[in-house]
Amino acid sequence: MSALVFSLKAAPSQRLDLSKLTPGRLKDMKPAEIQRIAIGTTRQPLLVGDIFVVKGGDAAEIRFDGGSDRFDLLGHGMESGVIRVEGDVGPKAGRRMRGGEIEIRGNAGPWLGSQMSGGRIRVSANAGDSVGGPISGELAGMSGGLILIGGKAGRRAGERMRRGMVVVSGTSGDYAGAAMIAGTLVLLGKTGNLPGYLMRRGSIVLGRGAQSLSPSFADCGPHELAFAALLGNALAEHEVKTGKLFKGALRRLAGDLAALGRGEILIG
Amino acid sequence: MPQLMLNGVRIDDTFAEAFGMVATAIVITAPSARWAEQAAVTMTGFATSVIACGCEAGIDMIIPATESPDGRPGVRVLLFAISPAELQKQLQNRVGQCVLTCPGTACYAGIASGAKLKLGSTLRYFGDGWQISKRLGGRRYWRIPVMEGEFLCEASTGSTTEAVGGGNLLLMGQTRRAALAAAETAVKAMTEVNDVILPFPGGIVRSGSKVGSRYPALIASTNDAFCPTLKGLQQSALDPDIGSVFEIVIDGLTSDAVRQAMQVGLKAAAALGPDAGPVRISAGNYGGKLGRFHYHLKELIE
Repeated sequence: MSALVFSLKAAPSQRLDLSKLTPGRLKDMKPAEIQRIAIGTTRQPLLVGDIFVVKGGDAAEIRFDGGSDRFDLLGHGMESGVIRVEGDVGPKAGRRMRGGEIEIRGNAGPWLGSQMSGGRIRVSANAGDSVGGPISGELAGMSGGLILIGGKAGRRAGERMRRGMVVVSGTSGDYAGAAMIAGTLVLLGKTGNLPGYLMRRGSIVLGRGAQSLSPSFADCGPHELAFAALLGNALAEHEVKTGKLFKGALRRLAGDLAALGRGEILIG
Repeated sequence: MPQLMLNGVRIDDTFAEAFGMVATAIVITAPSARWAEQAAVTMTGFATSVIACGCEAGIDMIIPATESPDGRPGVRVLLFAISPAELQKQLQNRVGQCVLTCPGTACYAGIASGAKLKLGSTLRYFGDGWQISKRLGGRRYWRIPVMEGEFLCEASTGSTTEAVGGGNLLLMGQTRRAALAAAETAVKAMTEVNDVILPFPGGIVRSGSKVGSRYPALIASTNDAFCPTLKGLQQSALDPDIGSVFEIVIDGLTSDAVRQAMQVGLKAAAALGPDAGPVRISAGNYGGKLGRFHYHLKELIE
């Protein structure tokens, strides 16, 4: 069966709350019902039908033709199925996602995959700050799943992550992996200042080094690790190009010794 | 006993009787095939029979670097025991003492399905708090710092209760040399079959046993009916032209694998003919009442 398609009519006049448009919530709904779902975020009422042309199909696969940085909370809490976006999305795409797949052919806003616990998010271009991270008041970031970013990421990618993996193919901003609890953060391009700031456990892999490294990491020297090959293979399965990064020795820095100090930065 | 003929070799119209067992598999890799095999050989040492070793274990297959989990040469090892608890104990002790300690090795699950057995999830405590857990593609691994560098070990491996232990062939030659040639030829052919191991030294047993003994303390004793030095006596099962007998014991993850290995081995040995190889081939059983699996030689040569 073909996908359920939302074609954007024109640029949205206000921020959109797309959290209701997930495969699980739209299951068994007819296009006419879907068009009456409220997605506005201001006092001006706004329905799906005002913004999108909905073409009926199987809600297990949802496609947005056209995107905007006003697409908030795309795929919020989704458990299964696929959402594809031909365009940009706004903040908190894939927040609290538990399964399924989100594919964004464009840019994503801040808090991409915030507190997700399963599934996969793939962004072809850039992502904003705090990829996978918590929002104010939350103690932990993502706790599972995989986020793949083809372009650049903003500051604090993988902030406070507990489990799962974030891969940034391009450059990334300052404080990547800040206060990481565990998990794996792979930054293939150059990263900014102080990656792993106050990290407790977890691994940060730097493909092209960092602008500056915290002195509270202990240099443990270069090592050939069987684990590196395993990680390289896992990334290759998701079509991430890592070149020779996982083929040779990686320099291991243990830290952050200003926190628990059981984490590591591996530099290729 | 009624007999059949294959390439001039007498084949007894009898059957091998085998038993249900629990089994697991692990994959060991290392920077070179030499060290992967060394770890496998060491951990499967003293694992010929559950009677005294706790488990039966052996190398199932060599895994080329292109097909191993981490791109390094590897081997797959199978372990068989009579209960899941014993299998767990043997696995943990053998990997802990023989693989963890071996230069360059990493250890992965060799079987995905069935009840999980702990692998790295207990060995990790060797890391004394410095161990690191990693989850990749739905599988959990432990990285344990060791003096050489790092020991990578998957948290658990699968198991099967469909395994079969005790498939066997008895190869009889006119001389010790001919009987050994028959056994070596059969072993070489059977090693090519996947999912089976031949747990005895080089795959061959020279001292097959029977159940029980005239000494109450022993549960098994020499298979006197097949001892050539006793062949003139009344209880002997040997013909006058037989000078030596070797047994091959086969354990497999499935009954089909055991059957296939027995068939391949029997045909390879018989192909040598009675002058260079066996004059007669038989199999051991207990009257068919003890073991769930029966492999009739007649069916294997058809």
